[in-house]
Amino acid sequence: MSTPYNTTEDYFDVPVLTGQLPPKEKRTKLLQALLDMDPDISFDDPLENDMILNMGPSHPATHGVLRILLRLDGETIVNAMPELGYLHRGYEKIAENETYHEFITHTDRLDYLQPVHNNIGFILAVEKLLGIEAPPRAQYIRTMLGELARISSHLVAFGVMAMDVGAMTLLLWCFREREKIHDIFDLVIGARFTTSYTRIGGLSQDITDEGLHAIRAFLEQFPERLNEGERLLNRNRIFVDRCRGTGVISGEQALAWGLTGPNLRASGVALDLRRDTPYLVYNDLDFEVITEPECDSLARYYVRLREMKESVRMVYQCMDKIPAGSIHAHEPKKVLPRKERIYTRMEELIHDFMIVNFGVNPPSGEVHHAIESSKGQLGFHIVSRGEGHPWRLKIRSPSFCNLQALPVLLKGHMLSDILAILGSLDPVMGEADK
Amino acid sequence: MNLHLEQLVNTLRERFGDAVEDVVDFRDDVIVTVHRDIIVEAATLLRDNPECPFPLCEDVFGIDAFTEKKRFEVNYRFFSLEKNERVHLKVRVDEDDAVVPSITDVFPCAGWYEREAWDMIGVTFSGHPDLRRIYMPEDYEYFPLRKDFPLMGVSGSIPLPKRG
Repeated sequence: MSTPYNTTEDYFDVPVLTGQLPPKEKRTKLLQALLDMDPDISFDDPLENDMILNMGPSHPATHGVLRILLRLDGETIVNAMPELGYLHRGYEKIAENETYHEFITHTDRLDYLQPVHNNIGFILAVEKLLGIEAPPRAQYIRTMLGELARISSHLVAFGVMAMDVGAMTLLLWCFREREKIHDIFDLVIGARFTTSYTRIGGLSQDITDEGLHAIRAFLEQFPERLNEGERLLNRNRIFVDRCRGTGVISGEQALAWGLTGPNLRASGVALDLRRDTPYLVYNDLDFEVITEPECDSLARYYVRLREMKESVRMVYQCMDKIPAGSIHAHEPKKVLPRKERIYTRMEELIHDFMIVNFGVNPPSGEVHHAIESSKGQLGFHIVSRGEGHPWRLKIRSPSFCNLQALPVLLKGHMLSDILAILGSLDPVMGEADK
Repeated sequence: MNLHLEQLVNTLRERFGDAVEDVVDFRDDVIVTVHRDIIVEAATLLRDNPECPFPLCEDVFGIDAFTEKKRFEVNYRFFSLEKNERVHLKVRVDEDDAVVPSITDVFPCAGWYEREAWDMIGVTFSGHPDLRRIYMPEDYEYFPLRKDFPLMGVSGSIPLPKRG
């Protein structure tokens, strides 16, 4: 059975042309026919609906395997949730099953952009547990190479952040300089990336005059190269406009969210462990703690830039002050003896056998030592039970803690600001995932 | 132990009495063991302490002591920017009642630290807003940093995709 007003002709046939309304029953049927039709034509405002976007884990701008879940309102970020664990290798578990010497190589793989700092941080914690100290020459060399590693790490942050916001040239320039630092590491340490330079109570090998010359040659040309890069960016309208005012976090908030290192100092909080809890020879060096009051991505960029210049000053001072002498502490039962002595003397052979097979046996107790790595506070907490391997080793990795503040920094910004903010935060996933 | 930390330990003892169970000073690292019921108050006191405030919570992590009683330890570490001092708090809990109040209301950054401690050791933090695993898959059954978890892992515990 068909309704009488199925077609418009039916309808217009009678009432409109005659100037009269259709009879009541017909009107009711018309309404009913309209109501029975599919009512699902609605025009949703696309801006009223949140969209979930999955960024990463393999994304060129996430600096590794970081996954960020984003809730977007149009292009504005409503909420963000970083997800970790794609590079989790369980280093804390491995540490519990290895001697202190064996674990040094694993620290290289934590923050792979500056392995020297990880070596230093770990070995200082072990030395604190053992109650020994490396001789001054070793301390100066550690400081010097640590600062070079800081420059190399900041160069990556500098270049990658610029690349993320569109300045490709700078990345290549930064990596050219970084290559020179790696050549120095190759000369002094014997490895470019996986340095494993420190030993308990000393270093794997002494620095040669050739190495010192190479460092001096690098330092003499580096500030000029850095200036070139700076000139490209500092007054670059695109770069400055994208970075200024994005990712703002106040000093108190930054502390509450556990930011450390350049990210905290860019919020105006002068916390630098090199000055506040001096380790190595930082007490003897004259340097400035760089802070910037602006709290945004651009401030973080400027802090890193100025810190590189401070590092250059510090390396110069180390080179002037570096004393002669041994690089191994005189602790026969804790420091690995030199190879030529192992082959010629009984005592050293016994000590070497004991240290390699059973490890240095530190006293029971818990110690914690933190250093200022290029990303922030890098802390090693060792729980010892008097065995050759740690009972528990906890790594406080700065990238992990810095990433936690990412949702706070991202909220309310546009989708494309993620690159500038994440680049300015400078996380390394090898360290964040451990 | 220097003067600031001595004062701090005295303040904690006065305020909480017997709930401060132990104070260890080894190589200048002061570890104050407290009862778990007062951990939130103790963290608040450290943050708001007028003489030596500790505004930065550096880390929260679990330790498997592998003892009969009070198997798990949760270690908190705070840093004072004014005096450049560190202090550790420690809470010890039994294995069958491994619950510790969360300090995320006092220090927001403890959120991820506590997630990591839960993921690795298996200590639950009551009142945590988002207590999910942080490194391991959400449906993983084991806690890797417990001493009874083998170094090689448990075979088959993480299902791998089938070969095509």
